[in-house]
Amino acid sequence: MSTDSAPAPQSNVAEDVPQRPRIAVSALTTNLREYGLILALIAIMVFFQFTTSGTLFKPVNLSNLVQQNSFIIVMALGMLLVIVSGHIDLSVGSVAGFIGALAAMMMVIWPLGPFSNPLVVSIICLIVGGAIGAAQGYWIAYHRIPSFIVTLAGMLIFRGICQALLGGGSSVGPLPDGFKALSSGFIPDVIGPLTLIPPTVNAAGKTIIGSGLTLHMTTIVLGLIAVLAYAYFGLRTRRKRERHGYEAEPFALFVVKTLVGSALALFLVYQFASYRGLPVVLLVMGVLISLFVFVTKRMTIGRRIYAMGGNAKAAQLSGIKTERLTLMVFINMGVLSALGGLIIAARLGQAVPAAGLGSELDVIAAVFIGGASAMGGVGQVIGAVVGGFIMGVMNNGMSIMGVNVDWQQVVKGLVLLGAVIFDVYNKNKA
Amino acid sequence: MASTILEMRDITKTFPGVKALSNVNLSVEEGEIHAVVGENGAGKSTLMKVLSGVYPTGTYDGQIIFQGQECHFKGIHDSEHKGIVIIHQELALVPMLSIAENIFLGNEHAKFGVIDWDANEARTGALLKKVGLKEDPKTLITNIGVGKQQLVEIAKALSKEVKLLILDEPTASLSEKDSQALLDLLLEFKRQGMTSILISHKLNEVNRVADKVTVIRDGRTIETLAKKDISEDRIITSMVGRSLDDRYPPREPDIGEVVFEVKNWSVYHPLHAERQVIKGIDINVRKGEVVGIAGLMGAGRTEFAMSLFGRSYGRRISGEVLLKGKPIDASSVSRAVEHGIAYVTEDRKTYGLNLIDHIKHNITLANLSGVSRHSVIDDMRELAVANDYRKKTNIRASSVYQMTGNLSGGNQQKVVLSKWLFADPEVLILDEPTRGIDVGAKYEIYTIIARLAAEGKAIVVISSEMPELLGITDRIYVMNEGRIVGEMPAADASQEKIMRAIVRGEGKAA
Repeated sequence: MSTDSAPAPQSNVAEDVPQRPRIAVSALTTNLREYGLILALIAIMVFFQFTTSGTLFKPVNLSNLVQQNSFIIVMALGMLLVIVSGHIDLSVGSVAGFIGALAAMMMVIWPLGPFSNPLVVSIICLIVGGAIGAAQGYWIAYHRIPSFIVTLAGMLIFRGICQALLGGGSSVGPLPDGFKALSSGFIPDVIGPLTLIPPTVNAAGKTIIGSGLTLHMTTIVLGLIAVLAYAYFGLRTRRKRERHGYEAEPFALFVVKTLVGSALALFLVYQFASYRGLPVVLLVMGVLISLFVFVTKRMTIGRRIYAMGGNAKAAQLSGIKTERLTLMVFINMGVLSALGGLIIAARLGQAVPAAGLGSELDVIAAVFIGGASAMGGVGQVIGAVVGGFIMGVMNNGMSIMGVNVDWQQVVKGLVLLGAVIFDVYNKNKA
Repeated sequence: MASTILEMRDITKTFPGVKALSNVNLSVEEGEIHAVVGENGAGKSTLMKVLSGVYPTGTYDGQIIFQGQECHFKGIHDSEHKGIVIIHQELALVPMLSIAENIFLGNEHAKFGVIDWDANEARTGALLKKVGLKEDPKTLITNIGVGKQQLVEIAKALSKEVKLLILDEPTASLSEKDSQALLDLLLEFKRQGMTSILISHKLNEVNRVADKVTVIRDGRTIETLAKKDISEDRIITSMVGRSLDDRYPPREPDIGEVVFEVKNWSVYHPLHAERQVIKGIDINVRKGEVVGIAGLMGAGRTEFAMSLFGRSYGRRISGEVLLKGKPIDASSVSRAVEHGIAYVTEDRKTYGLNLIDHIKHNITLANLSGVSRHSVIDDMRELAVANDYRKKTNIRASSVYQMTGNLSGGNQQKVVLSKWLFADPEVLILDEPTRGIDVGAKYEIYTIIARLAAEGKAIVVISSEMPELLGITDRIYVMNEGRIVGEMPAADASQEKIMRAIVRGEGKAA
């Protein structure tokens, strides 16, 4: 509204409003959703930090938080593309459960010899996930069967197969340690630890766990590299815009954004480093998030998915092969569901019939909290990730507080509803 | 002497960054048909939204005085309560409900929530009679044509005891015959004493029915003309702020060898497999030539063009497409685009644009490889391309980051054109390129077409407006019932000749 006060020129009202304030305003308003979401996450974290009397940010709890929620976020990356392209996938929880069962059977029960190696099994499982995605996507893309129905069927089918595979109600385990490292492992400290405060040794000559301060230096170095890269690429983009004579967002905004982001990241890195280092699954997640941000923001395939979700007919008439694109979106979803299933199994150390049960709803909720539109064409990777973390932090925080699981559901439901209402309200106001 | 029924004084409405209306005045007398004309984006629809309460009181400055009372409408219900009913350009009917259900939707004759269908249908019958629509009230909306749907909308308005009827581009999607019937209906209402506001681009219609014309340009009232002063030239001058000596830009055709050729093209209906929609068409287009395809609605022109363009329409397609004498495979849109064929749709909102994305992304969509390397989009190059085409086609927007859904029809059309110009086609098929856009924007589009022809492109223009075809093309094919029934140089053509070809063709087809 600040442009209203700008003097209205007498001719050509639509065009002559001064440029600069509008760019500043639009930079702010277009990013408001994203900033608002991140601020909401921070506010929620601070809230629980107080209500759990400091437990939330404890290094050990942060690691738990990441390990508990990573599978939701991994699957949310695929779900974002599914929802942006105008579809939905209800089968992801069942597919994850099925893949977990498949992995466990291959590693523990079936006599596969060298093929029961965790790495080989994981690769096979990801391929199977992709095949499942392709099978569902085929009907959706080439036969125009609504995705809601196809994946609802998939949800029933794969949950059933998962249970049958495990022989009814039993669980299969224990899974090999090498496999469990995917979820509960930490990256090795190749640089070597740095002890700032030596741990206290008690009378019996044993060190007291949790005393002293030793930093996992590889984590620190990786964190620093990431933060520097973030600032460097941010600056480079700005330079490039300016060199081409276009205005970037205001410099002050950029600096504040970069500083706040870096400070937060470094704080988290420090917390991880003072515990056991970076969880492997966080690294996997980080790489995937970067990849998907790049694909959606910079690559032609990402652009085409958004165009297809915004107007499928127009996209098709612009030469985009919408059927093939839809198929690829579902294959991608299948692979990520499989990865989610592997992460769940690795964390539990065994495959259980109920693994991933109901997680499709958490995944979909994360994407919608992150600002995606149910109509397709709108949604951001970062939004979905932050949405996933908001759900995760609430789960974690409320569990520590001792809130009953039933009421946790109620709160999560209200947050989902509130986030979407906020979105719609904002859109109508604009 | 008639009294003033509506007075809008000094209406000013601002959107973030854009002043849509500034001190607009409109005064409508009881019992007249008052036309509001202006270019797309001039602010006509905004003004009507202010009047009908879509933009509630407080979001604009100025006064609305209706029947001597100052009004502060908080929403569309308030204005309808006063008897101001607006019929929007995009019809708001539920396709799978009957005529009667639609007319009384939200307003049903009911007792304790139980609908009295007999009463509804009886009243619907009476209303349909009033608007001259002979249909069973139980007929589903989806089963009647657009012209009749428009009449249902009017019947719906009548059911609300309307005192002031506002029609926003009512004939935009109607055939000539339906348009005439609708205008006659308006005149009939006038005899019965109803007041109407008509928003239209079609100046011949305005000329025919309006008692007064108010011209709006760039969000301001330019003038209000009384019946005796109304003439097309006068209105055009006032609308665009300059006199258009010629409605079509001058051009000197430089026509070369045949570039694009279609031989014996046949297409069957996608659903009714036995119905042949296109029956063996042959056409050719030369380098630098603008070729028109004339015909009535339903002649199969759009179906022909879309089936050519990557088989986007129809089944059992047969025939040959030749580019510079060589047969090409245009069996998918991407292949057609690779061969340098572009098709600009007649329905830009449904088939042309991603309305929830901004101008920049829409312009590059058909040629993403032109702004990317190894499938990675070069942001800066894309921005430069978008700004370049925005300038070339004169898209009026605050920046290339404006959503295309918020642009006026003419500017949307320029975005679609830009998209295809950036794909750098050799053959450009334009389907109704100026439908629903105003005189000024039309001229700009004609200029772009002339420039492309001068650059040596082969251009096909499909249009229902015969003067337009006569004005901008070099050669005209006449199409009827899936066949080419005539071909003539534009210089020798006239509206009568084209119509004669159509009528004769009808005899042949029977």
